[in-house]
Amino acid sequence: MENMTANDVPEPYEERQIQYWDASSRTVLLRDVEVPFPEGKLIVSRTDMDGKITHCNQSFVDMSGFSEDKLIGEPHYILRHPDMPAAAFKDLWDTMSRKEKWHGYVKNLRKDGAYYWVYATVIPNIRNNEIVGYTSVRRKPSRNKVNECISLYAKMKKEEQA
Amino acid sequence: MPYTMTVSPDFPPTQIAGWYIFNTWLQKKLDISIHLELYNNFDEQRNAIEENKIDLIFANPFDASMLVREKGFSALVKPDSKSDEVIIAVSAESKVMEIEDLQAGIKIAKTDDPDVNMIGMIILEPADLDVQNTISEVVDTYAIVAKQLIQGNSDVGFFLKDAYENFSDLIAKNLRVLVSSQIDVISHAFMAGPKVQEHTQALQEALIDMANDPNEQKILESLGFTGWTIQDHEDTEFMIDLMETLVN
Repeated sequence: MENMTANDVPEPYEERQIQYWDASSRTVLLRDVEVPFPEGKLIVSRTDMDGKITHCNQSFVDMSGFSEDKLIGEPHYILRHPDMPAAAFKDLWDTMSRKEKWHGYVKNLRKDGAYYWVYATVIPNIRNNEIVGYTSVRRKPSRNKVNECISLYAKMKKEEQA
Repeated sequence: MPYTMTVSPDFPPTQIAGWYIFNTWLQKKLDISIHLELYNNFDEQRNAIEENKIDLIFANPFDASMLVREKGFSALVKPDSKSDEVIIAVSAESKVMEIEDLQAGIKIAKTDDPDVNMIGMIILEPADLDVQNTISEVVDTYAIVAKQLIQGNSDVGFFLKDAYENFSDLIAKNLRVLVSSQIDVISHAFMAGPKVQEHTQALQEALIDMANDPNEQKILESLGFTGWTIQDHEDTEFMIDLMETLVN
């Protein structure tokens, strides 16, 4: 996946390196700007077994800042914000492998370096008893829950880095 | 023995005649006998489905999983460019200006429409509201939901957008929209049960063709849409997956 560049991210920003589960990494440029979740909308996407995006709706495109053409085929972790603890995503994948539904509050990274919080639900798409992909729906989160997660995730990140 | 068709009970009263005309057209088109049975509420309709009394249904997406998984139905078509959307409204005089102003203990006026109520509760989540800390006032029609708000008996109301937009100016001016959903991906579907399988291809073709005939287009208009789009097996599975992500 391509590194984020100053062409897409207005200053001031903080540069960080993010490491993904498949050992790949990229440079991300972070801005301390939160974009509010749009009222009355849902962000919907589907991925294949490898977590690559196969479908996304207009709200996904609008909130991510990427074009649909750019998103299709990219790993879903294109939205990964480095403030998210790895343990949250491990829990997601462990839940998927048990063919169960996962819920969680997630801080997502936009193409322009800003971020947005969502309440995400992910389910495995099961056909003939086999997982063939995943559907994820993100909705507007409670601010109180987000505030709880900000401190919880910071603590979890600190423990992961220790 | 005629087949039995039914319609999700959340359609506006102005469309009742349209569904009878649609049924007459469908019988002539396929040369089969179909009885249209309309139910007053979702419970009555679900009991009929449970007792295998239904062969054709214009179904609420909330019931799609049960119809496919438990009753062997398959979706044939869905309305063209028409999704199920929800309006959350308050009395025009309410002090509530946004969802986050709503507090635990509020009274919610709603009908028994399952997908509207599900989406409505999702929209209230940012205010930390759920079925545990709110009081539901379930009434028979959206007109009564509006009346509950206007008379100050409830704090907030859930409406199917179509129903809200059909209100008279007199009702509408006494209400205020807090949120109008733009979900786009949830819609009703026309589904056929196991006993009708021999007719499903002819049925699907006839429905898709309706948009090409000016007279048949008028029937569609009386149902509130402009045409049908094919809903294949994977589209239906996706709808079921989607509903599964939304049900807590």
